[in-house]
Amino acid sequence: MAVLDIEDLSVSYGAVNALTDVTFSAQEGEVTAVLGANGAGKTTLLRTITGLVHPRKGTIRYDGEQLEKMSVERIVRHGVSHVPEGRAVIDEMTIDENLRLGALWRFARNERSAVIEEIYELFPPLELRRRQHANTLSGGERQMLSIGRALVARPKVLLLDEPSLGLAPIVTARLMAVLRDLTVASKLIVVLVEQNARSALSIAQRAVVINLGRVVVCDDADAVAGDSDLRHHYLGY
Amino acid sequence: MQFFLNITLGGIASGMIVSAVALGLVLIFRATNIVNFAQGAMAMITTYIAYAILHQGANYWEALLAALAVGLLFGATTQYVLIRPIQNKSPLNAIIITFGFLIFLEGIAGAIWGSTTRVYPAPFSESGQKIGGTQIAFSPFDVYIVVAVLTLMAVMLVLFRATNLGLRMRAVAFAPEAARLLGVRVKPLLTLGWALAASAGVLAALLVVPTSSLTPNFMDVILVYGFTAAVVGGLDSPVGALVGGLITGLSLAWVGGYLGGSLEPMGALALVIISLMIRPEGIFARPPARRV
Amino acid sequence: MDALKRPVRALTAQPWFRLPRQPMLRHLTFAVLAGVGLYFLTNWLSAFNDYQAGQVAFYAIALAGLTLLTGINGQISLGSGGFMAVGAFTLALLYTHTNWNLVPELAIAVAVSVVAGGIIGIPATRLRGPYLAGMTLTVALGLPYVTNQYNSIFGGDQGLTTPPPTGPSDINPEQWLAWIQLLCALIVLVLLGNLLRSRFGRSFRAVRDDEIAASLAGINVPRTKVIAFMVSSGCAGLAGALLALSAGVTNSAEFPLALSIYLLAGVVLGGTGSLMGVWWGAIIVVYLPNEWARSLANAFHANSLVSANLAIIIFGLVLVVMMMVAPAGIQGALRWVAGKVAAYFSSDPVTNMTLPLQEPPGSNINSPDIAGGSVTETEKQGV
Repeated sequence: MAVLDIEDLSVSYGAVNALTDVTFSAQEGEVTAVLGANGAGKTTLLRTITGLVHPRKGTIRYDGEQLEKMSVERIVRHGVSHVPEGRAVIDEMTIDENLRLGALWRFARNERSAVIEEIYELFPPLELRRRQHANTLSGGERQMLSIGRALVARPKVLLLDEPSLGLAPIVTARLMAVLRDLTVASKLIVVLVEQNARSALSIAQRAVVINLGRVVVCDDADAVAGDSDLRHHYLGY
Repeated sequence: MQFFLNITLGGIASGMIVSAVALGLVLIFRATNIVNFAQGAMAMITTYIAYAILHQGANYWEALLAALAVGLLFGATTQYVLIRPIQNKSPLNAIIITFGFLIFLEGIAGAIWGSTTRVYPAPFSESGQKIGGTQIAFSPFDVYIVVAVLTLMAVMLVLFRATNLGLRMRAVAFAPEAARLLGVRVKPLLTLGWALAASAGVLAALLVVPTSSLTPNFMDVILVYGFTAAVVGGLDSPVGALVGGLITGLSLAWVGGYLGGSLEPMGALALVIISLMIRPEGIFARPPARRV
Repeated sequence: MDALKRPVRALTAQPWFRLPRQPMLRHLTFAVLAGVGLYFLTNWLSAFNDYQAGQVAFYAIALAGLTLLTGINGQISLGSGGFMAVGAFTLALLYTHTNWNLVPELAIAVAVSVVAGGIIGIPATRLRGPYLAGMTLTVALGLPYVTNQYNSIFGGDQGLTTPPPTGPSDINPEQWLAWIQLLCALIVLVLLGNLLRSRFGRSFRAVRDDEIAASLAGINVPRTKVIAFMVSSGCAGLAGALLALSAGVTNSAEFPLALSIYLLAGVVLGGTGSLMGVWWGAIIVVYLPNEWARSLANAFHANSLVSANLAIIIFGLVLVVMMMVAPAGIQGALRWVAGKVAAYFSSDPVTNMTLPLQEPPGSNINSPDIAGGSVTETEKQGV
């Protein structure tokens, strides 16, 4: 049973403490939602797991390895994929090229087409536009491309940073459904950072609420969704 | 009329050379946001090395290949030693470092080879040819220049558009962080980018040197013209490098022909100023990224 | 309680000599004291050393202007050599065609350089970083070239003669010229010092640190940049005119590309934000190519080629190494050392805090300001 273990993680940008003593675990086959207000430190958390930022203190354990000191390249090769905030889809390239980029490190030439086709099966709208440049895509399609690109390398850990940002509710709902099914089917460890707590909680099994860099709640998603005081106070609804 | 034609043809040839320099500048700028002001000086040193190889008995083509290889190595080493350590610091550092490197290299060249001019041979005749009954000022050497630069651009095009290596390099240039998250090893690709750019500069130098003679400073103006071309075309656009180079070459040829050769650098300055007033980001500027 | 009393007492202690509070008076006092000191210095030095002291003076002027433009206003310029040429040739032409006094000639040289700076500075407001550097590089290369085109006006390879002015008969011409140059340097430094302390100085720095924030605060950013450019080119023009007098002749060979890079090196070495640092830079620019490089070459029995190029090699190397290791320059390094020394000797807990090596803001511009490209860069990285 694979687990992503975060313990006492503390990250600072100069004198500013972005995260302090963050501790939680994410299990395989489950979506762990990370919630909280703007600036709470959620993006920093994901960037630290991926290795873009190094923590001052604390450990990140996965699959018997400690990730907190590794380079981004090594962490990615351990099966961690990060769908960044703002999607970071490469506009100047086609959809096909974006996807192929994700497959390069993992798969040999003859295998790449097959895995890319799998992504098109997962996200049919992308296949229609596969030769178009990514800057012609709508917000929802860009998000599909970003997630698809992260999935191409068949990761074990998927980190998503605010995938619902700027998307219409119906698109968000569909996206979340796809995510949920994928998590269960592929036994992924999914860490889902969201400001849209409602949609995140609808597919999550665990929820971690972060406020000002600290974990204030770490519980089952149902419990968090059902606690109206907590929702009012930290999640805004 | 004949004069105008001759000048224009000359401008096309020199424009191609300038494009090659601009291409090298654009390559590095796109990938690393740094303008390599030492590009010309690096090419100059490599040309001196090619000259030495020639005088060991090699023929023009062997010297050319050797020079391109040396250029690759030189570019990679420079990036590794000088640029990697300061890649993440302010751009001001990189500017001053590349300028310092520029005069350092010119000093080294002067110390080793002195300032006496040397003649570097051209592989083809440099005198104009007869087409039909008229004398055209476009020599076989000029044809070679155009072919050589177009070949360089074709090679780059194929590399970037049709290979996976090129795909990775483009990713690093457009979105370095996203590329890292997809497992692309960014640092070696930056080094490769500098290596390729240096080779482009070397090719340009070897195309210029038969007409301008080999001295430690001979690439100074060419660098300036390459920079002008990049500004006109767009400092992050390879197509812009070609178009900008042609525009620059032609403009300067006309300035030189009608106003005087020594006014060409000021012509370049005027071109930069005009380009900035009309279209500051260059003709082929990259489209801005779409948010969300 | 005691720990509090000591620093408070230090603040209110009366030193034996107090400088006036107002910046202008303070600068003037410094200048007068320096002037007196320099007077005695030049009397004591030999004629040749006076000549060199004068050189240090006018290079200091050029460096002061460049420090203002690059260090304080954040516009990197390689065109100083070109503007020095403008000043020098203006003086030369005035000398050749009129019989005016030195003072109006210098004034006009400065004025012409200021105008030239305006002509270049206005389009330059659209540029930042390497674009600006490249454009000013074109100026540095191109302007001297122009003089080659119009040989009849500019005297061709030989150039125009610009002999130093003759002073009173009992004073050496070298000493007289050195006084003039040093006086100019002191005047320029006082004026620039005041300028930097004024509203303009704050505007310069604000524009360097963050253009958008500065414009939101009501500063006219393009106008500030052009003013900085014009002040800097005026200084360079004055320095060039004084150089013409030192050299006795003015031709384009006096203003190669290397000169602009030496000046940049002088600013970097002195400390890119520091006006007092210009003296270090000027000393190095004067003595390194002539005295020190030559002695070094002789010590190693190097041949004449090496000897002629050693200065350029060293400057280039210095620039590279400095920017990698000590971007704060000599002045910054001295400040750091002084801070460490003060901390060591003081038992005061406040001063005992170690000061980090301060990079003057000029060398640490964080915004990736390239015209047209930068904003998209940040957007693209998935911010």
